[in-house]
Amino acid sequence: MIIDHPILGPRDAQEFVYLGDASLMNRPDGLSDGIGAFHDYLYNRANPVGEHRELWYHEQGDRSWLVVTRNTLTHEITKVELARDVARASGRSR
Amino acid sequence: MSRSHRIAGGQIDRTSTIRFSFDGLPYTGHPGDTLASALLANGVRLMGRSFKYHRPRGPLSAGSEEPNALVQLRTGARQEPNSRATVAELFDGLTATSQNAWPSLRLDAMALNDRLSTFFAAGFYYKTFMWPAAFWEKVYEPMIRRAAGLGRLTREEDPDSYDKGFLHCDLLVIGAGPAGLMAALTAGRAGARVILADEDFRMGGRLNSERFEIGGQPGADWAAGAVAELAQLPTVRLMSRTTVIGAFDHGIYGAVERVSDHLPEPPPGKPRQTLWRIYSRRAILAGGATERPIAFENNDRPGIMLAGSLRAYANRWAVAAGDRVAIFTNNEDGLRTATDLHAKGVDVVAVIDARADGPLLPGIRHLRGAEVIDTRGRLGLTSITIRQANGRTETLRASALGVSGGWNPNVNISSHHRARPVWDEAILSFVPGKAGPPGLSAAGAAAGRLSTHGALASGQTEALAALADLGRASRAQPLPEAEDAPVSITPKWYVAGGKGRAWIDPQNDVTVKDVKLAHQENFTSVEHLKRYTTLGMATDQGKTGNVLGLAIMAGLTGRTIPETGTTIYRPPYTPVAMGTLAGRSRGKEFKPTRLTPSHAWAEEQGAVFVEVGQWLRTQWIPRPGETHWRESVDREVLATRRSVGICDVTTLGKIDIQGTDAGAFLDRVYANTFSTLPVGKCRYGLMLREDGIVFDDGTTARLGEHEYVMTTTTANAVAVFRHLEFCRQVLWPGMDVQLISTTEAWAQFSVAGPNARRLLERIVDQDISDAAFPYLAAGNITVGGLRARLFRISFSGELAYEIAVPARYGDALIRRLVEEGRTFDAVVYGTEALGVMRVEKGHVAGNELNGQSTALNMGLGKMVSRKKDSIGMVLSGREGMMDPGGYRLVGVKPVAPDGKLTAGSHFLDIGAAAVMENDGGWLTSKVYSPHLGSDIALGYLKAGDRRIGERMRAVNLLAGTDTEVEIVSPHFFDPEGERLRG
Repeated sequence: MIIDHPILGPRDAQEFVYLGDASLMNRPDGLSDGIGAFHDYLYNRANPVGEHRELWYHEQGDRSWLVVTRNTLTHEITKVELARDVARASGRSR
Repeated sequence: MSRSHRIAGGQIDRTSTIRFSFDGLPYTGHPGDTLASALLANGVRLMGRSFKYHRPRGPLSAGSEEPNALVQLRTGARQEPNSRATVAELFDGLTATSQNAWPSLRLDAMALNDRLSTFFAAGFYYKTFMWPAAFWEKVYEPMIRRAAGLGRLTREEDPDSYDKGFLHCDLLVIGAGPAGLMAALTAGRAGARVILADEDFRMGGRLNSERFEIGGQPGADWAAGAVAELAQLPTVRLMSRTTVIGAFDHGIYGAVERVSDHLPEPPPGKPRQTLWRIYSRRAILAGGATERPIAFENNDRPGIMLAGSLRAYANRWAVAAGDRVAIFTNNEDGLRTATDLHAKGVDVVAVIDARADGPLLPGIRHLRGAEVIDTRGRLGLTSITIRQANGRTETLRASALGVSGGWNPNVNISSHHRARPVWDEAILSFVPGKAGPPGLSAAGAAAGRLSTHGALASGQTEALAALADLGRASRAQPLPEAEDAPVSITPKWYVAGGKGRAWIDPQNDVTVKDVKLAHQENFTSVEHLKRYTTLGMATDQGKTGNVLGLAIMAGLTGRTIPETGTTIYRPPYTPVAMGTLAGRSRGKEFKPTRLTPSHAWAEEQGAVFVEVGQWLRTQWIPRPGETHWRESVDREVLATRRSVGICDVTTLGKIDIQGTDAGAFLDRVYANTFSTLPVGKCRYGLMLREDGIVFDDGTTARLGEHEYVMTTTTANAVAVFRHLEFCRQVLWPGMDVQLISTTEAWAQFSVAGPNARRLLERIVDQDISDAAFPYLAAGNITVGGLRARLFRISFSGELAYEIAVPARYGDALIRRLVEEGRTFDAVVYGTEALGVMRVEKGHVAGNELNGQSTALNMGLGKMVSRKKDSIGMVLSGREGMMDPGGYRLVGVKPVAPDGKLTAGSHFLDIGAAAVMENDGGWLTSKVYSPHLGSDIALGYLKAGDRRIGERMRAVNLLAGTDTEVEIVSPHFFDPEGERLRG
């Protein structure tokens, strides 16, 4: 596969490490949210046929975490974003 | 040996003679020959035995689809089984032997299976070897494994090297027949970067095997001219002997180039084969078509081959496979073989044409509406029996029979992304489906365009379409004149009637009867048919027989072929050697080897090294006279605890963490608190996974207000860094914190023991007295003016420091430490002594940080702060993880001082049976403590914190040990920690 890195351009997928569903960025708050929220966050994921947003890490590259939108059926990649930008846009900060 | 079967013409170099042998007999051939063509020229038809019935077999084909003529090539370590004689290029000195036959190819004892074929029908495994159950492992499976299988491995190391390479192009053209050549010419002339790959050693595809003309010249000459022009184009790369084995994602194709297989051995510095990864923007599949047979009784004898192959042997290799030749066809192409052989003076005894009407061939006995119903000849064809349209049967003497049941487009690669091929009624074959790999289109015979004109036209059309996709406008050029004959095919899959066997997959010995049996037992879907009969599961992947099998199944079930469907193909297109896939990643090159800064010094001392991930670490350093490893390890431990020991700990991960939020960040990623750590101090940190399991541990020092340096375990250095980047970029992108791995930037040594400070005082420039540099102090120092770092931390339980210098000074530092250490009888210790000392102190390491254990299990539950949010904090509080009866880290020692402990032993109550229900936990790490004079161990024991002082048994059924033990505190040595504060 080829991942079109937003900064570095097209790179071979072998340079990356796969983590999983991009919902892993929506971590609950440990002080205000309880076990139930963390349980859902960590274990309950959709397993879609088709479009899937997922986290990839450019380990053999610039160490960027990326959100890659990939079709699980065809492996077509339609969007690649810096995870930092996606996280910030969704309101995550510190 | 019979007389030569060479005839006139062909693309072999008769001015040069090649000597080779088959089964010990010497033969000759010419450059341009394959092993199969040369053997046929020498009158050798019998080249192998079939897989199951050990039937005598000769080549069915003249190409990579070959199911029968599998031989072992070469000798010694280079011997390779299951090589297709039909594509093995002849070279001087080639040695080939037959396989799957004993004692000889002509007299194979296992041919008894053929007489017992009733018992070996499809599904016989499932029905025959059922009972008694115990027989399967001991009797049936070894017996089957011995009897089945084709070639044999040498069990010697492969002496050749294999490479991997990467190529980029605008257009990849797969196959260099008329369609591929025209596509490459069209794109190459337009300036596109083109790769043209072909599995053959001579480009041209079928043009090399036909007498067609293109633009008024012989097709093979036109092909040679096209190749010559392509070779001149600066953006075109020609790759012959290169098989494209698969279509992967995003325009990436795999290809195997047989760089040196046509030579006795690879030239110096050259690999045997190269696995290419080809990145293409567009691709055209022009892989041609494969002829398929018609099934009839005893259709597998040597001498019976595909009609197009018989023609190829005559036209390309100047070999008449027999002196009396017959043709059995259901389509127009079969007639070409008769015409060509007749023109070359070969005796064509009859053309048995399944089609009922149409013009008859002039000068040849051409029987319409006829079929072949049986054949004879034990080791090779001697006669065929035919049934004419009027029902009359007749036996004809024949030594070769060409069979054509039509041509299957080579759709394989087009279906690698699961696209189903679609049925084309006009040619009675599957053609590539629409939803193939993105960017791939098919041209020529691969697309079902079976005429030469069709190939040239579609090659150009597809190339123009590709150029348009690439943004390069180009216009169609006039095509050279070429034949455009219709296929004119009538369905004929097998000859009905009769009681004998008719083969459809000769390599796996699948017959029409097996398909009928599958139908009878309701395995009617194509996927079931394949698995029940093993149709198409041999090394040829059913290139010739698959369509036949499913067409017969369609007939039996009353469905159409499109309704029946077809199985699809996966990579690789043809078999690939394991060595090719491994490339250079073999032996020592399988993974990188990382050496510690003290490696050269340790090697000089004769150190024993151990692999720790990619690292080589000193395990212990034997001294003269020491014969057992424990003598060395005991000495290293005792010397360290008595005076001072030095250990290279560079392999631990080091991560510099800087930024105004560095402390807050560490509070989030560690279970305990770091923002409160004073500058110039360090602290043990426990890192959890989000699920509450312990991820890693290590000490982290605060070197400045906004600057920390974290250490990780050797094993988790990469994973922790990845995790921290995730936390920083994804979870808390607003934090001001930066990370960099400095694992390889610093050489770090532990200096431990009562004399550690005195030794270091001779080396460092600063005051490191206990007052100036107390326990858990950390800071930047200098060593002879050079920048360095010092941490007062201890894994051994001794007064200990870790000193770090830039990695390039690591070798100098170890030598300096050893030199200055002579005064104190200092010792350099390895990972074994390190392990002994950490178990003596009850510190957890890899065996305890096993990915299943919580802080509570390790006795570190209090370290998880509930006052702040941190990774794993919430879920570590789950009920199951807080279970007071759960595992707790304990120390273990044998009741008898000489009692032996074994790692992996399970704890059982005294008197309890050694069954799972009584399992109390297990022993994780065991060492011999020279201080306590006995084995000691750590372990996880259920409710272990409440069982201190109790006696149990440590039982290891695998090692055969059963030892009475006492459960003790994990802190065996200096439990109050007085030594490390000294």
